[in-house]
Amino acid sequence: MPRPLSKRCGAAAAPDAREAAAHARSPSPRPPPPAMAGRGRGRGRGQMTFNVEAVGIGKGDALPPPTLQPSPLFPPLEHRAAPLPGGEEGEYMLALKQELRGAMKNLPYFIKPGAPRRDIERYSDKYQISSPVDSAIDWNPDWRRLPRELKIRVRRLRKGRTTILIPKCKQRVALDKEETIKKLESLEKKEEEVTSEEEEEKEEEEEGKEEEEEEYDEEEHEEETDYIMSYFDNGEDFGADSDDNMDEAVY
Amino acid sequence: MTQAEIKLCSLLLQEHFGEIVEKIGTYLIRTGTQPLRMIVNETGLLLDQVKKALCVLIQHNLVTYQLQKRGFVEYEAQCKRVLRILRYPRYIYTAKTLYNDTGELIVEELLLNGKMTMSAVVRKVADRLTETMEDGKTMDYTDVSNTFVRLADTHFVQRCPLIPETPETPDAPPPPAPMLVINEKDMYVVPRLNLIGKGKRRRSCDEEENGEHKAKKQKQDGESSEPLPDDGIYWQVNIDRFHQHFRDQGIVSAVANRMDQTSSEIVRTMLRMSEVTTSSSAPYTQPLSSNEIFRSLPAGYNIVKQVLDQYLTLLADDPLEFVGKSGDSGGGMYTVNLHKALASLATATLESIVEERFGSRCARIFRLLLRKKHLEQKQVEDFAMIPAKEAKDMLYKMLSENVVSLQEIPKTPDHAPSRTFYLYTVNILSSARMLLHRCYKSVANLIERRQYETKENKRLLEKSQRVEAILASMQATGAEDAQLQEIEEMITVPERQQLENLKRNVNKIDASENQVDETIFVLESFIESTMKKP
Repeated sequence: MPRPLSKRCGAAAAPDAREAAAHARSPSPRPPPPAMAGRGRGRGRGQMTFNVEAVGIGKGDALPPPTLQPSPLFPPLEHRAAPLPGGEEGEYMLALKQELRGAMKNLPYFIKPGAPRRDIERYSDKYQISSPVDSAIDWNPDWRRLPRELKIRVRRLRKGRTTILIPKCKQRVALDKEETIKKLESLEKKEEEVTSEEEEEKEEEEEGKEEEEEEYDEEEHEEETDYIMSYFDNGEDFGADSDDNMDEAVY
Repeated sequence: MTQAEIKLCSLLLQEHFGEIVEKIGTYLIRTGTQPLRMIVNETGLLLDQVKKALCVLIQHNLVTYQLQKRGFVEYEAQCKRVLRILRYPRYIYTAKTLYNDTGELIVEELLLNGKMTMSAVVRKVADRLTETMEDGKTMDYTDVSNTFVRLADTHFVQRCPLIPETPETPDAPPPPAPMLVINEKDMYVVPRLNLIGKGKRRRSCDEEENGEHKAKKQKQDGESSEPLPDDGIYWQVNIDRFHQHFRDQGIVSAVANRMDQTSSEIVRTMLRMSEVTTSSSAPYTQPLSSNEIFRSLPAGYNIVKQVLDQYLTLLADDPLEFVGKSGDSGGGMYTVNLHKALASLATATLESIVEERFGSRCARIFRLLLRKKHLEQKQVEDFAMIPAKEAKDMLYKMLSENVVSLQEIPKTPDHAPSRTFYLYTVNILSSARMLLHRCYKSVANLIERRQYETKENKRLLEKSQRVEAILASMQATGAEDAQLQEIEEMITVPERQQLENLKRNVNKIDASENQVDETIFVLESFIESTMKKP
């Protein structure tokens, strides 16, 4: 016969029997283990450690049902938010904010991740304007104010090259070619900036070859391509346009 | 740093500086001070990318570095400073109201570039102003310099710490990182520059070819020629000064709302007089005598001395205690109680939030608790004159949102529940912190939603941009109206509708971000004022 348990745990069913059996094994009286504190669940309201009346839950009041799931992501709004203050100040700040966002995207401080490598190297890559070289730095920080370890080496252009280029520029009339020349020049500069201290040794050998090659290429480019750069279409966009209008068949 | 702050910082960095900078910035904010190697290893980015990103972050004062004793350099992110990016439009707008377009552009250039030398700023701003002027007119450098000097005199821009000029012995290797120092006195000293010139306008296409060759030569010469006289002296925006200005604005408008225009002018005068004498974290301004205030009132206000005295007495007796009387000499010494004013502003913000979120009766209970400090359940019902059931309901709702809290007062040492008082109370500081955290979360949600909206309609946006580009080029080459019409019709009517919707939503979200930032400012100022030790 299980020992008579304390009144609190009186009439509950199976859990009591188990615990009563546990109690039966130990002869000495012991305070009920904490697991039994929730015994009254289901029978009358949950007993709390403090007097619930003080907080205002009177006897017999119905409590809200227990929450069985996390609160909803978008709970229904009971009160709508007040309208935003409009006015000149608000409009101006709004315009400022959007302009700032746009402007910062074009500053050299906005570091774009490197262009994704194409699967195969294509011939047109030489002529297309690719995104700026990953490790070049587009602006000139004051290196004296920064720790030395952050310095990205910038190699100086050989002075001879600038004098070669300028007379060439004057001969060409087409604006497009000048643009490509300038872009190629800036790309060159960036390619030369691409060293950090570790990579310097590797590239030193290639350096001599690269610069000669590029100088040579520069002149070759001007003579080889009789076609205007912007007209070149390598056909990649063909078929990539959205097929919204299925009226006409595509041949 | 709470999760909400970290998330908001990472969104701001991503929007303004790109993903690479965002990764590094977030890593530093999350893990504290780190050396370069750790950053490269943990973020998995290339060494050059990390270097570039750190340069950008240091340039914009978002990351600082420190040379450790062992000889390596550690980098630390300034989370609070990153959150200020949200407030840039407000700084620029304030500069515009105070110093017109020139001041606005100076502050904008400094914010966009982090730090700049004075000559570089003046040149850039003059060029930008010249572009907006009519043909033939240019902006003189002296005007821009004068505005810059005024900004420096009123402490809105300040010098960045300098490289120490101590001559190093040629044997000792230069330190791995310079230790930058700045003298308090030198912070606002403008170097003597002889900037003569006018802004350059970007010339039209015809002149470009001839002009460019010359310009190219000039640029090459300019870069290699002697360094500018203010080389090495960089300027940055003094954010604390702007915050002081916003705080003053808030106090003045609060007084104007509570009393009238004249009293707000008096308070504005008092604050203006104490601008340079009182530090930004002082609990109250230096005492000002009534005579001084009378002399410094703006010219338009001809009120008699006696009327001024009456106003001051009224202000000092007001229960909100914006102005306090500290003595009787000189016709009465008055101070502005800055900390109390900030507390009142924060409390008003809290009350307004409770009212909008829970309803006016909850707001009544909230204000009651603020006034009476601690009340029992029964007393709340009686004082607020709200039926018991509803009062209970409202109290629990506010309790579950942590706006009010429970205070236990035991009657007996064993804290028996039946013999304990349970009092409801409002703890302003902790409620303010909780709401501030919520504000950060809101702004992060707003930014995410805006990015989502833009991404959803990306295709449509690109199409409309292309159409606009085509339209612009066709108009430049002179096309007939019929052709223009045809091109405009490339965007169908429902697409136009969609674009309108998108624009409206994005504008609304942006305006909301600005609005939440104002609340963030009030709450942050209040919390900061309680934290500073006098």
